[in-house]
Amino acid sequence: MKVKVKFFAILRERAGAAEATKEINEGSTVADLWKILQRDYPKLDVPGIRLLYAVNQEYVTTDHVLKDSDEVVFIPPVSGG
Amino acid sequence: MFRVTDKPLVLQELIEFVTDPEAGAITTFIGTTRNNNDGRKVIALDYEAYPEMAEKELVRLGEEAKKKWPICRMAIVHRIGPVQITEPSVMIAVSAGHREAAFAACRFAIEEIKRIVPIWKKEVYEGGEIWIGTQSGQPLPGR
Repeated sequence: MKVKVKFFAILRERAGAAEATKEINEGSTVADLWKILQRDYPKLDVPGIRLLYAVNQEYVTTDHVLKDSDEVVFIPPVSGG
Repeated sequence: MFRVTDKPLVLQELIEFVTDPEAGAITTFIGTTRNNNDGRKVIALDYEAYPEMAEKELVRLGEEAKKKWPICRMAIVHRIGPVQITEPSVMIAVSAGHREAAFAACRFAIEEIKRIVPIWKKEVYEGGEIWIGTQSGQPLPGR
């Protein structure tokens, strides 16, 4: 199955891309996808960063199981205001 | 009214949106861009959002505020893209029957924005740039 990943802020700069589509196995979790992305984009690993995770624009935990055509975003520390 | 925009913010639009015949108070908050941070001289700020989710989170925090305090209406607009020093980056307006609820909900809104809404600020300062909160910046080319 395929999922869509969007990158923002420091992760967008590190990935060198704003979006990616990834083929992943059925039953893959957010954590599994992050491992794949770190392999494909080695610079994504920002030392000491605390990420949050969103699937289809809702916060989830790393053990959340992904479904086909989910939109997944790894959210670096927010700093609005 | 809960949105992100790349246009300059206009407080009067928010005030008109929250104006309500049952309100005895309207509080407003304006976040502005400062020329210094942590001892760095800031030249400019650049905001980025995950717009669809940011707007959903703003709606959610507005609903939460309505459960906590007897308020009438709330408006939040956050600017994205480059924002010059002294310009507003966020505006909040809250109307309520009485001032206590209006002040409390306005304070709650800005604290929630800073805690959980997917918006990011890049600070460009003399000698480099940094995504605030990540502790990891890239020096500007040639410096």
